Amino acid sequence: MEKDIVFCTGGGCTAKLGPGALNRVLEKLPKFEDPNLLVGFDHSDDAAVYRLSDDLAIVQTLDFFPPMVEDPYLFGKIAAANALSDIYAMGADVKTALNIVCFPEKMDLNVLGRILQGGSEKVREAGGILAGGHSIADDGVKYGLSVTGTIHPDRILQNNRALPGDCLILTKPLGVGIVCTAQRVGGASKEALKKATDSMEMLNRYASEIIRKYEVHSCTDVTGFGLLAHLMEMLDQKVSAEIWSEKVPYIEECEEYVEEFYLTAAGQRNRNHVGDQVRFENCSFAMEEILFDPQTSGGLLVSMDSEEGAEAIRELEELGLPCGMIGKITEKQEILITVKG
Amino acid sequence: MIKVNALGKVCPLPVIEAKKAIESLTQDEVVKVLVDNEIAVQNVMKMAKYKGLEAHSEKINDQEFAVLIEVNGIGETSEDVEAMICQPDRRGNGTVVVLSSDCMGSGEESLGKQLMKGFVFALTKQDELPSKVILYNRGAFLSSENEDTIQDLKTLEAEGVEILTCGTCLNHYGLTEKLAVGSATNMYEITESMMKASHIVKPS
Repeated sequence: MEKDIVFCTGGGCTAKLGPGALNRVLEKLPKFEDPNLLVGFDHSDDAAVYRLSDDLAIVQTLDFFPPMVEDPYLFGKIAAANALSDIYAMGADVKTALNIVCFPEKMDLNVLGRILQGGSEKVREAGGILAGGHSIADDGVKYGLSVTGTIHPDRILQNNRALPGDCLILTKPLGVGIVCTAQRVGGASKEALKKATDSMEMLNRYASEIIRKYEVHSCTDVTGFGLLAHLMEMLDQKVSAEIWSEKVPYIEECEEYVEEFYLTAAGQRNRNHVGDQVRFENCSFAMEEILFDPQTSGGLLVSMDSEEGAEAIRELEELGLPCGMIGKITEKQEILITVKG
Repeated sequence: MIKVNALGKVCPLPVIEAKKAIESLTQDEVVKVLVDNEIAVQNVMKMAKYKGLEAHSEKINDQEFAVLIEVNGIGETSEDVEAMICQPDRRGNGTVVVLSSDCMGSGEESLGKQLMKGFVFALTKQDELPSKVILYNRGAFLSSENEDTIQDLKTLEAEGVEILTCGTCLNHYGLTEKLAVGSATNMYEITESMMKASHIVKPS
């Protein structure tokens, strides 16, 4: 049997291709024209939405990655929660899911069994059905889901519809990428790891169901590109944002891990991608890194009517994870994002 | 120049190895870090900048980059030194306390143990503290098994007193895993410490 140490090689959303590299490839592909394709990948949105009738659209997404934790069962749960999240980021409901598996032929099949068990439990918790899957023999372990959901075409929460005056809400703490990186080099505490895995395995279903009750203008889930790059997509060059760093929920131990320079390549790629469109004012180096940190199964970033923000936060806090009203949308300025310390 | 070869290593390893190399320096020097991608270059440069160090990078070829970090100011006043200056130093110049038993005096064992416990406690209350406490033979029990003396020795350690326990003795009594304060030492260091001590205090 292969040792578990081979199992985890720095995965999760840190394994994503950088946003810049991806855009260059996608731009060259010819676009599909179909009036029923309501959201396609030219929007860089979380999932594709296709209208079947006036009151029904299907939402499709696919997500898989290598393990970021040593426990296969926990990895299965996190990978599934991450894949299901894109459906919730669109404001949709989960219907069916298919497993995507890469697994080394020589590795203990019980490991695969534990991964799939974790994934299956999350699909059930999401109210969906696991309907099949596909597996490939590969050098490394990778797991995820292809998920189909449904939504009314008028209620899609797109990722680029934020309005000036909106408040910004984040429903999970940042820093899970930094904690997993620290863990990989033997530097993370048990408490920090627990906070990170508790956050990663929590479905965004509950947060999504809460925010749908309010006047939400835009929503996305924070994953591999980190908070600031996902926020930049939300601004869509049409509006600007102000982030209040002391309101941003994060796993406290990250400050210490940044001081130890547990820095990922993905975090730096995110920094390069956002580039000079963000300005930090009195912001610590640790906070900068936390804002660029790639998240696996991160929270929802919601732009909503500011009058209702406090009430939404009160409901979200009952879910038990650190969350917060982290900033606001403004009219477009020269600098897209200002982070205030 | 110190070279760190981080070719083929994934972040954060190049950054951590570069940081370790910088921290191990005993004099000003240039640390040269070899990496195989630009993102690693940027992460190493970020670390240097955060530490207030001058750094620049060179592209050797598509798969090889060098980051040169100029490390200056080794041995200048650091935070640790400042912290020590701010506190009155209670350590006496060069007194070494030697504890060769967990009993004090000869007589009934339970009394001897109680006296030794009292002695270590009283030691923490002195105006002038020893620079070292050396424990050997059954003295090793005081730093590894006896909860009361461990606490007092920890208090002394926090005041800057070096607590050294004979490694051979810990091993002999099966206490190696239990050592709870200070560090294990060898006979060479014990002898040297005693030879250089201005006074040796040894309750018998």
